[in-house]
Amino acid sequence: MILAADISPAVPTILLDICLLTLLVVTAFAIVRMRSLFAIVMLQGVYSLVAAAWFVTLDAVDVAFTEAAVGAGISTVLMLSAMLLADRKSTPVPKTRQWGALAVVFIAGAAMLFAVPDLPAYGSADSPANAYVGTDYLAKTAVEVDIPNVVTAVLSSYRGYDTFGEVVVIFAAGLGVLLLLGLNGNAGRYRAEVRGQRLSERAAPTGVSARDGTVAEDPPVDTTPVQAGGRPSVTGLDT
Amino acid sequence: MRIPVKPKPAKGPVVPPAGSDPHVLLRVISKFLIPLIALFAFYVQFHGEYGPGGGFQAGVILAVSIILYALIFGLAEAKRAFPPWLVRLGMTLGVLLYGGTGVVAWLLGGEFLNYSVLFPDPIDGQHYGIIAIELGVLTTVTSVMVAFFYAFGSRQPDIEDGDW
Repeated sequence: MILAADISPAVPTILLDICLLTLLVVTAFAIVRMRSLFAIVMLQGVYSLVAAAWFVTLDAVDVAFTEAAVGAGISTVLMLSAMLLADRKSTPVPKTRQWGALAVVFIAGAAMLFAVPDLPAYGSADSPANAYVGTDYLAKTAVEVDIPNVVTAVLSSYRGYDTFGEVVVIFAAGLGVLLLLGLNGNAGRYRAEVRGQRLSERAAPTGVSARDGTVAEDPPVDTTPVQAGGRPSVTGLDT
Repeated sequence: MRIPVKPKPAKGPVVPPAGSDPHVLLRVISKFLIPLIALFAFYVQFHGEYGPGGGFQAGVILAVSIILYALIFGLAEAKRAFPPWLVRLGMTLGVLLYGGTGVVAWLLGGEFLNYSVLFPDPIDGQHYGIIAIELGVLTTVTSVMVAFFYAFGSRQPDIEDGDW
């Protein structure tokens, strides 16, 4: 982003960029140092939101929109619901096992810094993104597809194969989760136990204990109508 | 870490005394907001040609409206509004709609996913092709996101208010 100063003389933009990137770094360090998974999930949402704001200053509104909707919105909810099946706190990693990770981080970071001078200047007309096929798309969209948003034309028409691949990936991910977990969670016959301990007595099947391996004849949960202030909320909104 | 187990509540529906529902504000406001969120999703979907957005973003926003409903009113209620069979159907139909558009273009003499051959006027073909595949993306993304939530949400322990 230091390169952006050469192109755009507007000082406030570069200040905004610096602020946003600083926030990103601070959030990343906070995530690394946290132990509470709940706080980490929330901070990841914050990270995505700040990243989305930064994408807006880079004029990449489509990417920003996706980041805000997917990164800050739905993945926070999905991480929260996944977290409830696991533990609420992460166990600290012993110091001896941290050196390897630190070495990987340093080598990867050094490699990236080494590559920085080769990056094209921000907004440069010669950059690979703006040269070659990109110019073709910009020139031909108005003639061939005739829609105002070039991004949509590229995504769904020129790069239709890629988008098809993405949809298939999402479908495969959904299929995998359904195969592993099932859409109805064993029809409510069993409830997850965190470290072998049932979190609440109410979660136990009313018929026979799930521990015996026998199955209650009637799935006992989720059949009673929701009471006001009852227990239907899944990710605990009362935090 | 031992999580204290709360005493078992009395059988039968627990009717809280009037005015004691701690979530009444959430319920009222989200009841107002959920249709607007869904409407915004469709705006993003059908306005994707003119502004930022498209099937992916619209699908996620539509799924968020359903997930918000599940969070506020309970998973069972959400499953009545958006039943699991619809989730299974939707995630498959979306991919089939996308791939099917490509196959139709194939049968009409063009390349796979070449929408220009779908209509006599190639520009019309592009427009309708894009609308078709974006609908496919919307259906798959919405269903898969809701499927994730149903899958995770259906098997977790009940969370007591105090556990948080």
